[in-house]
Amino acid sequence: MKFTINGHTHHAEPDVRTSVLDLLREHLGLTGSKKGCDHGQCGACTVLINGRRVNSCLTLAVMHQEDDIVTIEGLGSVDELHPMQAAFLAHDGFQCGYCTPGQICSAVGMLDEARKGWPSHVSADLQAVALTGSEISERMSGNICRCSAYPHIVEAIAEVARESE
Amino acid sequence: MSGTSTTDRTEVTMDQPCPISLLDKGEQGVIGRPLARVDGPKKVTGTATYAAEYLLAGLAHGVLVRATIGKGRVVSIDTDAGRAMPGVIEVVTDFDTFIRVSQQGGETGAPTQGVKDVEYFGQIIAIVVAETFEAARDAAQRLPVEYEQGDGAFAFSLQHPRERDLPPNNTPAHAEQGDLDEAIRNAAVTVDVTYTTPSQNACAMEPHASIATWDNDELTLYGAYQMPSSDAQQLAKTLGMPVEKVRIVSAYVGGGFGSKLGIAPESVAAAIASKRLGRPVKAVMLRQQVFDATVRRSNTSQRMRLAADAQGRLIGIGHETTASNLAGEDFFEPAGISTHFLYAAASRLISHDLVRLNWVLSGSMRAPGEAVGLLGLECAMDELAHALKMDPIALRCLNDPPRDPDKDIAFSSRALTKALEDGARAFGWDRRHATPATQREGEWLIGMGVAAAVRSNMLSESSAKVAIRPDGRVTVSSSMTDIGTGSYTILAQIASEMLGVPMEHITVALGDTSDATAAGSGGSWGACSSGSAVYVACEALRAKLAAAMEVAPEELRLKNGSACVGNFSKPLGELVGDGIEVIGTIKPGEQEKVFNQAAYGAHFAEVAVNAVTGETRVRRMLGVFAAGRILNEQTARSQFLGGMTFGIGSALTEELIHDSRSGKIVNRDLAEYHVAVNADVPQLEVILLPERDTHANPLHAKGLGELGICGAGAAIANAVYNATGIRVREFPITLDKLLPFLPAT
Amino acid sequence: MKAFVYERAESPEAAVAHTAPTTRFIAGGTNLLDLMKLQVETPETLVDISRLDLADIEDTDEGGLRIGALVPNSDLAADPRVRLRYEVLSRALLAGASGQLRNKATTGGNLLQRTRCYYFYDTASPCNKRVPRTGCSAIGGFNRILAVLGTSEHCIATHPGDMPVAMRALDAVVMTLRPDGRSRRISIHELYRLPGNTPHVETVLEPGELITHVELPPLPAGVRQLYRKVRDRASYAFALVSVAGVLTMEDGRITTAALAFGGLGPMPWRDSAVEAALMGQRPSPAVFEAAADALLRHAKGQGSNDFKIPLIRRTLIACLHELTGDTQ
Repeated sequence: MKFTINGHTHHAEPDVRTSVLDLLREHLGLTGSKKGCDHGQCGACTVLINGRRVNSCLTLAVMHQEDDIVTIEGLGSVDELHPMQAAFLAHDGFQCGYCTPGQICSAVGMLDEARKGWPSHVSADLQAVALTGSEISERMSGNICRCSAYPHIVEAIAEVARESE
Repeated sequence: MSGTSTTDRTEVTMDQPCPISLLDKGEQGVIGRPLARVDGPKKVTGTATYAAEYLLAGLAHGVLVRATIGKGRVVSIDTDAGRAMPGVIEVVTDFDTFIRVSQQGGETGAPTQGVKDVEYFGQIIAIVVAETFEAARDAAQRLPVEYEQGDGAFAFSLQHPRERDLPPNNTPAHAEQGDLDEAIRNAAVTVDVTYTTPSQNACAMEPHASIATWDNDELTLYGAYQMPSSDAQQLAKTLGMPVEKVRIVSAYVGGGFGSKLGIAPESVAAAIASKRLGRPVKAVMLRQQVFDATVRRSNTSQRMRLAADAQGRLIGIGHETTASNLAGEDFFEPAGISTHFLYAAASRLISHDLVRLNWVLSGSMRAPGEAVGLLGLECAMDELAHALKMDPIALRCLNDPPRDPDKDIAFSSRALTKALEDGARAFGWDRRHATPATQREGEWLIGMGVAAAVRSNMLSESSAKVAIRPDGRVTVSSSMTDIGTGSYTILAQIASEMLGVPMEHITVALGDTSDATAAGSGGSWGACSSGSAVYVACEALRAKLAAAMEVAPEELRLKNGSACVGNFSKPLGELVGDGIEVIGTIKPGEQEKVFNQAAYGAHFAEVAVNAVTGETRVRRMLGVFAAGRILNEQTARSQFLGGMTFGIGSALTEELIHDSRSGKIVNRDLAEYHVAVNADVPQLEVILLPERDTHANPLHAKGLGELGICGAGAAIANAVYNATGIRVREFPITLDKLLPFLPAT
Repeated sequence: MKAFVYERAESPEAAVAHTAPTTRFIAGGTNLLDLMKLQVETPETLVDISRLDLADIEDTDEGGLRIGALVPNSDLAADPRVRLRYEVLSRALLAGASGQLRNKATTGGNLLQRTRCYYFYDTASPCNKRVPRTGCSAIGGFNRILAVLGTSEHCIATHPGDMPVAMRALDAVVMTLRPDGRSRRISIHELYRLPGNTPHVETVLEPGELITHVELPPLPAGVRQLYRKVRDRASYAFALVSVAGVLTMEDGRITTAALAFGGLGPMPWRDSAVEAALMGQRPSPAVFEAAADALLRHAKGQGSNDFKIPLIRRTLIACLHELTGDTQ
């Protein structure tokens, strides 16, 4: 099977049962995406598929051979951080770091959703949405951080949102 | 100075106070500063390597098999059927050697072994190893196992026999002083209430994971562990091999909160399977297995009795607690630990009993003791304040004792009253309605609550090696871990300040038992213990550098990688020949006996309770903390945020449900065990009070990783009472418990 | 997860040719794979329908909307027509799951989401829904999240969804393609089945029958809508109870009312008696109490879920105040 990950073509022969997450971690050595629960209940595995954030643990690799998959490794590197990675670092938006790649991929996908004007559960008006702190919190609630860097995560994302306006 | 390849050793035992800390003399100016984590770039790019992520050739995948009875015996496991399943290499079990429970933190022996007897639902009994994870998982789920069902105790009750004769767990099981009954008879105001707290799970985001690989008779285990050095001892004892032959690597650990203090079942299963198969085996616990078969914080029942005179002075405190654990396991939740000294009272009765249940092992979870004990004590104090018609802050300040009332020794440092008073001002406590249930905004009932924070300070023997290389770069190495606590960063900061070497020239290597032995991360002792070891090593290195400069150490100034004496300056690299290195060791001593050492603080919470549904939302929280010197303002703040958020969970949502028919954990996933999500957490505020503790260690710092949770839940519970006038004494405060008492719609 | 044969369907017609009861369609997979990993679901064949051309939202001639079965939850919630005309649906979707899950979960799949009953989820527990005639562990067990309406002695599971609750309030019509190539229209009110003594049979869909679209009829002008969800944490949690309300008023009287409920029953719940108690009435506490009485006349708590009965009463009344208040 052929996969497009972070702009590169990868060949692998996973089981049809293999999730995108296990494809990345166990077959391709891309261990940046994390397995926290394997059931879509924590968000640590979040990647971008065709630009949209999804739980890579809850979708089969075999179903994504035509898709464009971007993981944390594709966003930036230690020498060249993505603005979201830099903001998480500056604001201490993590501690143990295990949920962090998922948080960052989720935040990147979420900002794109916000730019499209998508409302959220806490939007008072479905037609016009400003990305306040509580909006960010709600939209990032699919990413659990047990160390609870939440306040710092919100600050980091708010900064990137401001700067990309 | 001539070159040296020998490693010097130096140690300090904390028998005397350290009035002067060289950190205050450093010229690099990094200590305390909110520097970004040195391991941060790797973590934000997904390139930090956690236990399950070592890409070893020939790696086989193991999935653990659980028992599906709550008590009884495994009659047989059909390993032939397992082996016949597609992709399976082997079904491995060893009924005698597999561990029945995780080990407690810091133990040096094996945990209870033997898995033929099943003591709790979900106990690990075997591991299926396959070429792929998918094949192993499938076979592990379908493996035929035959059981003989036994009779167990599956529901907690105070009517069960209670075991009282227990070895101490950082606090004695039973302690009595004065006469509590008489104090109650003589009191103007009394409180006699019982609080209960449920079992909880640490829910570190990284599930327990081990990769085991053997080189002849030497085992290397890449494991998600907080205390690798004692974990290696536990593993060696379990496997019946010398500890020198066991190496554990825990370079990055995805959270612990106590759940990874001791070895868990996957480590032994992976080690045995790897040995048998002659290839590396990875075993990662499924999230459900983390719930079923690692460790829980015990549920507790806490009878709180407070007796005060008419002015509010406490004359008696009773804190009688009952927790639960498996038969034969000594650990009891030390819920009364800080009741010994938080408040003055001549008469006190503090006790810990255990009820034996067939529930998964109970052990340490973030701030064992205080985290749940302060829910009882600090809510009872709120009840007392209401009974006295006194402000709850005034009540606490009035009862802030000048000396440890239990042991009659001095406190090494204690800023409880200051934290309460400063916090009250910063939080706007004067805007609180003293009468409950009198503030409403639309559907929402608003209230404020306060609670004291306290956590005992500990020092654990730890070593670290610090080396200065000929190029002037410095390496720090130790088996200490960074479980998100910031160890990598603060150890670099300490070395940087002590040696005057820029942060970017310091490399810290952690989590490998081949390096100098440290106690690891737990009990909030990690930063101070390993940090002091680094300090001690650096102090010796400074002496060597001074000798090389031919001056007394006091005359030496170190900054930006150079040693200066007067106007003369020389790069460190030129002073160290082929390099110099020292292993520094810190040991606890008399200071912890002659002084009561603890960190203090105060929590303030504002909540909104929905008058229709009983849903509670935390609107604001402030924590004010004094924990000695703060080594890194940013990582310290993050630790407090994390602790406070644990407090939100313990007050409002977290509860493991045990099925009363089997002891099985019903809500064994992150969908139904509710830890706080981002939307549950408002922008929390943290104020750090300046403090130094010269009795604690040469850093003058105290542990703080657990202080943030201590009392946080109580502040929220007290705020719920203030908002609603409803006192829920059964944690967590879920909406169903408020509903019957809410105003009519 | 048991091994299975994976096939990709190139057309709806090819998909519905798979009529074996051991075949499952997979699109978003967020619920199915979750259950397959636990071997609660053990299909022998997975037919991938995710690439079928069923992901559009179109206006109908009647002024309603036709939603493709593969429209992701997030796209549906954000669709300008849904936001403007069917706020209750948008709100229900946004109250569910997480941003990531909504990006994957589809309209058709979400209608068929299976219960979150703790015992259904664990193959070590007897469960009539998972394995017929093995018993119900939830009765007499811990049942905080389970049903108080529509239960049977064999099953007290709840339907966990949010979107389907709104769709019941909106009188949605589910359009399917059957194995014989014919399509049919099933009112959402007819889609689900009560557990009775066959709790494993949850809908009227036949083996191989594929949901292709969901049609929403137009709503009258001036309609008031809300979705209120009560849960244990502020986000990313299933409903303890929820209310979808669609209501019109004229001259101070309630002229139409459609109320559907989540968290109460084995299906998104709707009861005409509730609406009958409201129709033609001037809003008042007594009228609202009567509506709640009607809803709960057969309610039966199971112990740890008893609280849902007062909770939904209070929540419904608050929702009715909001739906009929002048501030709307």
